[in-house]
Amino acid sequence: MKRRDLVGLLFCAPWLLGFLVFMLLPMGAALYYSFCDYSIVQAPAFIGLANYRELLADALFWRSLYNTLYFAAGAVLLGLLTSLVLALLLNCRVRGLAFYRTVFFLPSLMPVVAGSILWMWMYAGDGGIINTALKAVGLPGPAWLADPRFAKPALILMSMWGAGHAMVILLAGLQDIPTALYEAAVIDGAGWWQRLRHVTVPLVTPVILFNLVMGLIVSLQVFTQAFIMTGASGAPERATLFYVLRLYQVAFRDLRMGYGCAMAWILFLVILGLTALLIRFSGKWVQYER
Amino acid sequence: MSDKNPLHRTSPWLHLPLVLLGLLFLFPLVWLVVSSLQPREQVGLIPPQWLPRRHYLTLDGRTFPVTPPEPILSEQRLVKPLDGPDRGRRRLVAAGRYRDGQLTQTVFTDGRREERVFPAELIQAVPAGSRYVREWAPSKYRTDTPREFYVSPDRLSVRIQPVWGNYPEAVRALTAGEDAKKLPLRELLGRTRWPWTPKDAPEHTVTFLTYLANSLVVAVLGMIGTLLSSSLVAYGLARIQWRGRGLLFTLILATMMVPFPVLMVPLYGLFRSLGWIGTLMPLWVPAWCGSAFNIFLLRQFFLTIPAELTDAARIDGCSEFGIYWRIMLPLVKPALAVVALFHFLYAWNDFLAPLIFLTEPETFTMALGLQQYQSQHGGSEWHLLMAASVLLVLPVVALFFLAQKTFVQGIATTGGNG
Repeated sequence: MKRRDLVGLLFCAPWLLGFLVFMLLPMGAALYYSFCDYSIVQAPAFIGLANYRELLADALFWRSLYNTLYFAAGAVLLGLLTSLVLALLLNCRVRGLAFYRTVFFLPSLMPVVAGSILWMWMYAGDGGIINTALKAVGLPGPAWLADPRFAKPALILMSMWGAGHAMVILLAGLQDIPTALYEAAVIDGAGWWQRLRHVTVPLVTPVILFNLVMGLIVSLQVFTQAFIMTGASGAPERATLFYVLRLYQVAFRDLRMGYGCAMAWILFLVILGLTALLIRFSGKWVQYER
Repeated sequence: MSDKNPLHRTSPWLHLPLVLLGLLFLFPLVWLVVSSLQPREQVGLIPPQWLPRRHYLTLDGRTFPVTPPEPILSEQRLVKPLDGPDRGRRRLVAAGRYRDGQLTQTVFTDGRREERVFPAELIQAVPAGSRYVREWAPSKYRTDTPREFYVSPDRLSVRIQPVWGNYPEAVRALTAGEDAKKLPLRELLGRTRWPWTPKDAPEHTVTFLTYLANSLVVAVLGMIGTLLSSSLVAYGLARIQWRGRGLLFTLILATMMVPFPVLMVPLYGLFRSLGWIGTLMPLWVPAWCGSAFNIFLLRQFFLTIPAELTDAARIDGCSEFGIYWRIMLPLVKPALAVVALFHFLYAWNDFLAPLIFLTEPETFTMALGLQQYQSQHGGSEWHLLMAASVLLVLPVVALFFLAQKTFVQGIATTGGNG
């Protein structure tokens, strides 16, 4: 009995070691540094709550938080909508399913660096292919990444290109729904809308919740697209200064590691809080199988 | 198989939204490839053009590529002044300014404009409606002065022809040193600094192949590490009934909520004190401790294997490690393939960690190398950026088509059980 506990623990030792060295220790250190003035080259000096107090008055901190929540809300909701529509369409046992699935899924594998450079090229204000297409149908094309009003929507639109990942997960969930439920619905005289509304969607709500949570955690960390497409300063007019971008500036450009750690911990708490909120209120709409 | 599911009844009309959405999703990829094959004069034209068009000049029975022709509107003379400020240079002047070996030129002396006459040699009379072209250089880094021509339009032709040369040119462009870029490509790549080249070795250059090798080292070493460690931990959680395994599993799942940006500052400090900053180690060593996501995935697979199989081996006196290594691992090969694939992709696409931990160009990964090039040459050279992006995307697409089933099943498994 005791031997078995030891063997089990030994098998899990690699993860425990990694958890300790690469996660618990750094998180603890980050918490301590967040109360310090720390610039990597000098030893950290304890300054109490000064970093947090400064954060509350830091307009750029609030700006980056707002930008990130804006982006996350747009990217998560529109991404979910897109992937749900795609999954529902593909669930209709359509001919050439494998081909369509490949087409929708492939873009989600694109390396972010390559994807960002490509979309930058497509979003070019004049001569970009998107604005050329808009012009062809008589619509005025905005300057996209150079316009503070359109920079975030442009990044959200681009993120929808990666909806294929969530689509595959949703599709698997849809295909798990027992046929008997649909048969029962048909016998009760349900049309396609009612079946969708009362059978299909309720039964994939757990998968929808999973995608919401994962999508939220990922979008709150948005960095690479903005770093590449609009630069490390969050241009235009700080419209794309996202939280992690600001954190990167503070820690690795200004070398204010302590201040950065305070920001990092707040990000962690925001992610934790929003996820908890999502799960807390999921009981109202998520249908768990009994 | 009879399918009574009415939602599964296929209507041909379904293809309409699917084709439309499919075109939308495919379009950026198509545009990426199209742009990567255009001659540099053509990218950035307003409005953009679809097909790569190349101009050719036929002269003395030889046909060779030239730059897009520029029209000469009025009659001109191409002359070589034998004296004056432009002595010895070729100049294109209005026809009226040259007559019988004499060129009338406007010169400025002490701020005063003055018309003066110099002796000059006529090279070519250029009638109105001629075209001006330069010999098309395959690489802008090879700095031979291109030859110039003033020719009649009927000597020029247009061909629809992709510029495959953009790819070697992109490989050249991603080289770190400006001087090295002028070398012939073969010689340039022959000087590549590999991850195992000693630091003090002379005559080595950071090239595209350096980035490629770094990316592969990070991806493959990390892949081996996470396969070994994640499967070991997953086995410990799924197949050994020890106290605390439930708690540990919850803890492992909880760590998925800790984003990398929270850890990056102290991790930088940790790796710095270990002397790992500027090496590839921060990017692959942590993978040897397993990752929550992979452990979760493998645990689900281990759980599906019937207990009788391992119980029998245990009674026969097989050690726990022996059971894991010799019986279980071969049984979960499909899941190991999923983990290997996902890790490779993750390592290949990762950007933030390389950006922070890699400080020397000789350690840059492909993604970072491409971004560095983009940040220095952004806003121009889109054809090269697109070609380099294709090179970054290519392994991913190849892997996907080699292992499409593994991908789709892997993602479906992890999502469905979440």
